[in-house]
Amino acid sequence: MTIEGRAFVYGDNVNTDVIIPARYLTSPDPARLAEHCLEGLDPEFLKEREKGDIVVGGKNFGCGSSREHAPVALKAAGVACVVAKSFARIFYRNAINIGLPIVECAEAADGIKRGERVRIDLTEGEITNVTTKQSWGFAPLPQFAQEILAAGGLMKYAVAKKKGS
Amino acid sequence: MGSMTITEKILAAHCGKQSVEPGELIQARLDLLLANDITAPMAIAEFEKAGAKRVFDAQRLVLVPDHFTPNKDIESAEQCAVMRRFAQKHKIGHYFEVGEAGIEHALLPEQGLVVPGDAMIGADSHTCTYGALGAFATGVGSTDLAAAMISGETWFKVPESMKFIYKGRLGEWIGGKDLILMTIGDIGVDGATYRAMEFTGPVIRTLAMDDRLTMCNMAIEAGGKNGIIEPDEITREYVRHRAKRLPVYFTSDPDAHYAVVKEYDVSELEPQVAQPHLPENVCGVSEITTVTIDQSVIGSCTNGRISDLQIAARVLEGKRVAHFVRCIVIPGTWEIYREALHDGLIEIFLDAGCVVSPPTCGPCLGGHMGVLAKGERAIATTNRNFVGRMGHPESEVYLSGPAVAAASAVAGRIVHPEEVL
Repeated sequence: MTIEGRAFVYGDNVNTDVIIPARYLTSPDPARLAEHCLEGLDPEFLKEREKGDIVVGGKNFGCGSSREHAPVALKAAGVACVVAKSFARIFYRNAINIGLPIVECAEAADGIKRGERVRIDLTEGEITNVTTKQSWGFAPLPQFAQEILAAGGLMKYAVAKKKGS
Repeated sequence: MGSMTITEKILAAHCGKQSVEPGELIQARLDLLLANDITAPMAIAEFEKAGAKRVFDAQRLVLVPDHFTPNKDIESAEQCAVMRRFAQKHKIGHYFEVGEAGIEHALLPEQGLVVPGDAMIGADSHTCTYGALGAFATGVGSTDLAAAMISGETWFKVPESMKFIYKGRLGEWIGGKDLILMTIGDIGVDGATYRAMEFTGPVIRTLAMDDRLTMCNMAIEAGGKNGIIEPDEITREYVRHRAKRLPVYFTSDPDAHYAVVKEYDVSELEPQVAQPHLPENVCGVSEITTVTIDQSVIGSCTNGRISDLQIAARVLEGKRVAHFVRCIVIPGTWEIYREALHDGLIEIFLDAGCVVSPPTCGPCLGGHMGVLAKGERAIATTNRNFVGRMGHPESEVYLSGPAVAAASAVAGRIVHPEEVL
């Protein structure tokens, strides 16, 4: 599975309150959540966002609340993958469960600037900064997690598996 | 069989193994599941999308409408309605309507729904609170919860454990909130990521249950998978008349392995405050000079229990909240509200010019019942001070225990409780 898109780059501790503030959690509708994604952190994101964008963060990305609305908002806003130095535990699980690819790679997080084009090969475990032609390797997600992502999330994966068996 | 920590023992007991090791992936049987009015609707949607017909055990799912309740607007009302209809349809054993509900993490231990030795998950990050009872409890998202609603199980990676030992004597006005803020200040907001935080030492052994719940509640603010305290006589006393199921008391082996051991002498600790915009920006209250406030919030799943209200009342008795400052007091549950009423605390709050709210998460997450305007600043006994957490992205939240929050309401700026007494 390969993804290519333009990077939006942020710092450490991008928490779920800035990804989607709680005042918008009155609706679980992904399209509605997408309209407010990252608005407190970076109002420009909402103006510039395109399908296939890649969000790059520092350490502890997704810390705070367990709200699954956070990865849902990012995915619905068009984000195709999040690259970060490290992820908070609940966000990490939620992202895989709802089918948002995530990559842990500190070197890549340091080597990508806003607006640069990035290509990510999730299966081989390689990130390429297409703009600067730099590349970094990372440990791909375990096979079952990749299968969940390919199916579009845990529930779709479970249903498909049940039908197959 | 190797030596194990309490976290490892509980997980081993729930996956049918003699022992487990950190890093091992296990499929664990769950004693209890929890969701609220924000996370349940999403879990219910996933549950139904998967074609599920029934909850694995309707007595083991707890649904608590507490975040935007009493319903703050039409959309929140719709979310609560989804949850209520689901509870009716599936005959959910523990659904708490407004009027009997309360803040979930104050309610579940109080009602004895979670007991020592449990392994449980909740679709709320502060589910880690219940570690104070000697249970393994951790927060998950709605999809993980939905899957567990069907199967009664979930997968875990067995976490490494960190041991935090507290020694010395706690000074006046110092409680569980100060200990956990100090600890997060030391290790940082990702200092315990993927790990169990086990709190122990002579200070913990004499610490009241309310303070233990506060400490475990904020394990997530250091990235912890769970917070946990070995059960002792204080635990047994707390659950004696509450537990709805049989408790199982686990303890850590003396030679259990810990990834990190931290030891603190807390005798000189002064009241702690976390400055904006991270719970790790911690300092002693004396280091804060002339920070004026617009609002003080005393409540939440972190500090909305009876002992928190008692401390706040001790500070506020016979005083007035500063002009142009709002002080909002939120008892965590109706049992706490009733006790505060009976003991005269509510009257002290009203005399001081506080607003007493029904139990709700409300302002903690900027939901309702005390949202901040642009440029406003609050001190709160809550758990997070991220950008925009309590309202406008340009508002600020300082975190503290109830003594400092109450004193600051009187002074109109952040102060040590002694300054207003």
